[in-house]
Amino acid sequence: MNVQPIELIILAAVLWIVLGLVGLAAGKHVGFVRSIVFPLGAAAGLVVAASAYFSTGIETEISLLGLPDLPFHFRLDALSAFFLMILGLAVFGISSYSAGYFRNEKEHIGTICLEYHVFLAAMTFVILADDAFLFMVSWEAMALSSYFLVTTDHRIAEIRRAGFIYLLMAHLGAISLLLFFGSMGGNYSFDAMRGTHLSGMQATFAFLLALFGFGAKAGMLPLHVWLPEAHPAAPSPVSAMMSGVMLKTAVYGLIRVLFDLLHLQLWWWGVLILAIGLLTALFGAVFSAVQSDMKRLLAYSSVENIGIVFVGLGLSAIFRAYAMNSLAALALVATLYHCLNHAFFKSLLFLCTGSVLHATGERNLGKLGGLIHNMPWVAWTALIGSLAIAGLPPLNGFVSEWLLLQAFLFTPGLPHSYLNMMIPVAAAALVLTGAAAGYVMVKFYGIVFLGQPREEKLREAKSAGGWERAGLLWLSSGCILLGLFPFFVIDHLAGVTDFLLGSRLPSADWLFLAPISSERASYSPILFMIVTLFATVLVFLLVRRFYHGRVRRAMPWNCGYPVWNARMQDTSEGFGQPIRQIFDPFFRIGRELPSPFDTAPKYSAKSEDRIWLWLYLPFAGIAERLADFFGKIQQGRILVYLMYNFVTLIILLLIVQ
Amino acid sequence: MSAFGLFTQLMQLFLTVLIAPLLMGWVNQCRSWLQNRKGAGIDQPYRKLGKLFKKDAVIAKNASPLFRGVPYVLFGSMCLAASIVPSLATDLSFSKAADAIALAGIFALARIAISLAAMDIGTAFGGMGARREMLVGFLAEPALLMVLFTASLISQSTSLTVIVETLAHRHVEIYPSMAFAGIAFLMVLLAENARIPVDNPASHLELTMIHEAMILEYSARHLALIEWASSIKLFAYVTIGIALFAPWGIAQSADWAGMAFALPILILKLLVAGFGLALIETVLAKQRIFRAPEFMGTAFLFGVLGMLVHFLLGA
Repeated sequence: MNVQPIELIILAAVLWIVLGLVGLAAGKHVGFVRSIVFPLGAAAGLVVAASAYFSTGIETEISLLGLPDLPFHFRLDALSAFFLMILGLAVFGISSYSAGYFRNEKEHIGTICLEYHVFLAAMTFVILADDAFLFMVSWEAMALSSYFLVTTDHRIAEIRRAGFIYLLMAHLGAISLLLFFGSMGGNYSFDAMRGTHLSGMQATFAFLLALFGFGAKAGMLPLHVWLPEAHPAAPSPVSAMMSGVMLKTAVYGLIRVLFDLLHLQLWWWGVLILAIGLLTALFGAVFSAVQSDMKRLLAYSSVENIGIVFVGLGLSAIFRAYAMNSLAALALVATLYHCLNHAFFKSLLFLCTGSVLHATGERNLGKLGGLIHNMPWVAWTALIGSLAIAGLPPLNGFVSEWLLLQAFLFTPGLPHSYLNMMIPVAAAALVLTGAAAGYVMVKFYGIVFLGQPREEKLREAKSAGGWERAGLLWLSSGCILLGLFPFFVIDHLAGVTDFLLGSRLPSADWLFLAPISSERASYSPILFMIVTLFATVLVFLLVRRFYHGRVRRAMPWNCGYPVWNARMQDTSEGFGQPIRQIFDPFFRIGRELPSPFDTAPKYSAKSEDRIWLWLYLPFAGIAERLADFFGKIQQGRILVYLMYNFVTLIILLLIVQ
Repeated sequence: MSAFGLFTQLMQLFLTVLIAPLLMGWVNQCRSWLQNRKGAGIDQPYRKLGKLFKKDAVIAKNASPLFRGVPYVLFGSMCLAASIVPSLATDLSFSKAADAIALAGIFALARIAISLAAMDIGTAFGGMGARREMLVGFLAEPALLMVLFTASLISQSTSLTVIVETLAHRHVEIYPSMAFAGIAFLMVLLAENARIPVDNPASHLELTMIHEAMILEYSARHLALIEWASSIKLFAYVTIGIALFAPWGIAQSADWAGMAFALPILILKLLVAGFGLALIETVLAKQRIFRAPEFMGTAFLFGVLGMLVHFLLGA
């Protein structure tokens, strides 16, 4: 028997749907759904990842399902295989974690299980789709299932509001994508689209529609508004899945359109993506630094990372437009690597916030602290995730950052002199965002896990259970391994760049990462790790050998002040204050300051997004006025509606005549 | 990886780790002289380290393992930084493991590690120091990278050894891009090593300190390791400066003569640089902490300007 990888993947997706239905049917038996259904789903994720990893070449499959004469087309090529690998690897961690996480969801476990698994299957089909029809159906299924997941706790008004914003943005994007497919010369299968040659105007139009549609899903500026609302509202494994994987389907779509479906390449498309990416990254980093809700902070950090991905994508598109394919390959490899990394560390951090939320019931940074003592598993894995996302060597975040900066340093070769000058400025801004990410992560980790507990109840917080630990362990070891052995990923990505650009990076040896030549630049995470670790351990042993390891425990030194309590620590607002001060024009800050005579002084500062005010509220106003106007037509009496029909018919007859 | 390369590598590493406190002592001594004081002698840092190693460590009751581990990590990462910056020779075995970007990454790793450790106890000073340190680093790290990028654009490589070899072969004249980069680098060096005008290494006035606030809870061997790591960091920064802006005389071929020639030249350059540092610290006053972002922003812009000038003038 010879099973193709694509068949295995489709089978796994179908299994997810079946598991979802089984979970719905067995909704009363929480234990069964948790410890049988979710782990089976996790195993299916591993199957997807493995089949995607071992797939070679292009495989297609046509299903019997679909509309009459419009069967679904599936296709697995190097690009979709890579994104399916991201999906599968993340699903394995997140589903294992979910098996433990949903223990308190006695009422909803059945529906959650169905929505969750349909969500997984829909994302798989989005990536596998080879025609616009299947793509849009899966895309919508993905949006709807995730909407229902976001509004799991729909009794809370705030969560319903968040869900609404998400649904709205998802549909704005979907309309734009529909128009995009419509503008592709009237073909509905991707194969036919590859064959069409659009004129410059048409292609630009199609590109802009696709950018808007995928950008809305990815959280590109100024369409990012749903992210900081939806992520805190959703249960943590869902936030992890949405941030870690779903955003990547949008990136996948954009790459598919830009590098595969559209024939034409204009250089300014790349510049546009790059510029938007930079703004998004900087904006996300600055905003995440001032958040005081831990999941909002991570949501803005996702915005930042999507920005970085777009920067890489834009750079790659610029290089490709000038037919500098080997450099385009370098930038694309960095982009894809970052997608993979982000799936690992962002999912990991969202899951960690889930454990914290379960143990303490708090999402507000101002009421957390000191959890490293009670929740060592969560704290140490979160440390790995935080260091990775801050882009520190030798973890995985650094590898993609390094590759991207290398690509930037090659821009002097571009034939366009103005671009030549502007792109280093872009590199500077990118580096600035990287440094801001470090700031954000110190804030996040330091305030949640270090210091003293800011509330008494935190002292009783319980660590995560076995399933949750397994998920966290999987994702955090992924962060380490992807950082130490970049060679394997880059080697695998050669297939993708070969397929899209007809060029690949020179094959590296397993020890040194040298994308162009070792003269030019090289980085060896393993050697880095060994030298640092060796020096660290050697010093430790030497100090012990020649001196001693004696330790006395005492109260911390408080400069002579006798009272010491948790309120003296820096708060999350305090930690974000310098950034708020530097980037003041970014924010609309509402401050509530106490007067000197207040007996119970209260201080609060709320930083809001100006884009809401400038872009969304005017639109919302117009929509509301329009709705009011049309509301007058809606009378609610059958007689009136029949009248409308009658009048319409009369008018139509008049026109037809 | 030649045997000689490994030898020069290890020799440079041990030499750096051993003489780094001496540079700190020299800077302090120069400062004393400039301020009309007698000074404690340039071997004072060693005496201090010896004293600290002998003491019992006093650790806050609620310190986590992270707090105790960080000094070692800090020391280990600074060792790596010291081994990849070419100070004596350019034939270094480890230099392939980490290039200029990774060097900035090592400094970021050290900075984030110490900031996290500072927040671990949960005192007011620790958190405040961590916040300020991250603020300085947030702008200093990009500025450093811009300086390194300018150098990499000139030498078409981000490998530190290749950069130094290329720069050492250039004529002794002022390149506008490197002049801008030089100003930016000097500002970064001052900020990153907690020197005046951003921070004051001698200060124990709580409201103004950054680095000292972070390590307030450390004592004995942990403090000794942190102090030692700080001096290695200063040494690494000064040698990066020398390597980028005055690379002449470094041993480029794998032979003994070059090494023997390079060592006295390096010592001479270090003496001059240390004196310059002391001079800067004597004539400048510490800025208010709120001015620090401005200072670092200036450094960053100088770095970006350096890069732009490189593209405009091609030099």
